[in-house]
Amino acid sequence: MTAIDSSTAASSTDKGPMFDEEEERIARAKRVESVAKWALPIIVMSLAIWYWDRLVVWNDIPHYVLPGPGLVLSTLIEDWPILSEALLVTLKITAMALAVAVAGGVGLAVLFAQSRFAEMSFSPFAVILQVTPIVSIAPLIFIYIDNRIVGLLLCAWIVAFFPILANTTLGLKSTDHNLSDLMTIYRASRWQRLRYLQLPSALPYFLGGLRIAGGLALIGAVVAEYVAGTGGIGSGLAFRILEAGYRLNIPRMFAALILIAGTGVLIFATTTLISHLALRKWHESALKRD
Amino acid sequence: MAITAARPDPIPSPELREPVLRMQEVDKTFNGGVVALRRMSLEVRKGDFISLLGPSGCGKSTALRLIAGLMRPTLGKIVWEGGASRDDLGVVFQEPTLMPWATVEQNVWLPFRVRGESLRSTRDRIMETLELVGLEKFAKSYPRELSGGMKMRVSIARALVTNPRLILMDEPFAALDEITRQKLNDDLLSLKAKTGATVIFVTHSVFESVFLSDRILVMAARPGRVIREIAVPEPYPRGIEWRTSPEYAAIARQTSDTLHSTLAPGSEAH
Repeated sequence: MTAIDSSTAASSTDKGPMFDEEEERIARAKRVESVAKWALPIIVMSLAIWYWDRLVVWNDIPHYVLPGPGLVLSTLIEDWPILSEALLVTLKITAMALAVAVAGGVGLAVLFAQSRFAEMSFSPFAVILQVTPIVSIAPLIFIYIDNRIVGLLLCAWIVAFFPILANTTLGLKSTDHNLSDLMTIYRASRWQRLRYLQLPSALPYFLGGLRIAGGLALIGAVVAEYVAGTGGIGSGLAFRILEAGYRLNIPRMFAALILIAGTGVLIFATTTLISHLALRKWHESALKRD
Repeated sequence: MAITAARPDPIPSPELREPVLRMQEVDKTFNGGVVALRRMSLEVRKGDFISLLGPSGCGKSTALRLIAGLMRPTLGKIVWEGGASRDDLGVVFQEPTLMPWATVEQNVWLPFRVRGESLRSTRDRIMETLELVGLEKFAKSYPRELSGGMKMRVSIARALVTNPRLILMDEPFAALDEITRQKLNDDLLSLKAKTGATVIFVTHSVFESVFLSDRILVMAARPGRVIREIAVPEPYPRGIEWRTSPEYAAIARQTSDTLHSTLAPGSEAH
């Protein structure tokens, strides 16, 4: 014990200043990292856009082949009335599909957790729906379903619901065995067990599924619209891209594309924020480590 | 939590205390034909502190699960006396087994919550119990903010909060370090003195069983069975001095010898 004491004392006096330097270095690295976290993506993104612009100017690329970033931006502003309307349609379908996917996915997962027979009976359908590419089912859906919005919604839902179902099912089954025994000892009803134990345990899994499903709902909505094809009032961004492509209106294609990408990022940021807010108090994934 | 807390009435001799639970010739055989427990009989009376001591595979946890009603005996009967039932049960597992999404207070509320009682109506009792385990300042904390020993205290508070007629503890301190473990052993005894709780305590530590209990059932494995009952006549409350007394050493030695006699040559390796 004394030997250890003296050796640590010796090392701390010998290497005292070095330790401080080390600490300072770590602190400096942390500061640099916190700035870089924001600065780097912005700088690199700006450089990429600048290079895109130079590429167009230096090579004299015509705007119907590759429009410069400036032209895309001005198109975005000019065509805002058309594009914003389309954006709203796409957003609406995505949001509705996600909402139905959450309700359907969670509902089915709860059913599976309550009854193994239900799971045996219905999980093949869920898997088949998931593994069949939506592009190949969509034409059939639009043949059978007259209402365009309902068809789009169905397509987006098929793509989005599976990760929620799979994750939530896994989460409901991942409850602590001892807690589950405790509920049995307390003679908790099924409903109590579900509410007090299984649903909270499944929450982190569900939120993980939600983050995937948010992106997939957008993909589903866009792909379905490509297949549905019909235009006019009530068309989403995908249709505007198709239409602009036929007319060789490349700047508008880019503008619509940017809106879709922006929507995707927004959905991801929102679901990530929801996840963080719901879990920050207790779940490992949301805790800060020193 | 000093041991010198208000002394309860002296505990009457076992014969005079009311019975809580009787296990009669209980056998438990698992599906594969493995005999987990053979002909176990046990009478638990109010205020008992019974240790089930044995090597792994001796059926001590099985016995606890049978009493908790998590399994049914293959043969024999488990009878609750005097209107008690397993609704009146508190359980402490080897892990703290807390809900990580709930605060300490909400975790301790769980047994009441399942009975349909609101947090508000039971808060006084919850705070009183948290005070007993020394955690009244942590009612609003989340389990992750607590140390291993503190989490275990929450778990004990949850088992105590409904004032159950019987508390089952399944190697509750096995995962803790020695210092925390001794502290919790001391505190458990003082809790027992304050509440008069009846406890069945599963352990594989000779010293823990001698320190805590008034009866030790030494068990053997393959098949799991009780081979000897050792009484620890030292009255409660027991203090630190009990740990160093010659009587303690003598009983510990006797218990240890009995335990070693159960291990067939070569079976320690299991």
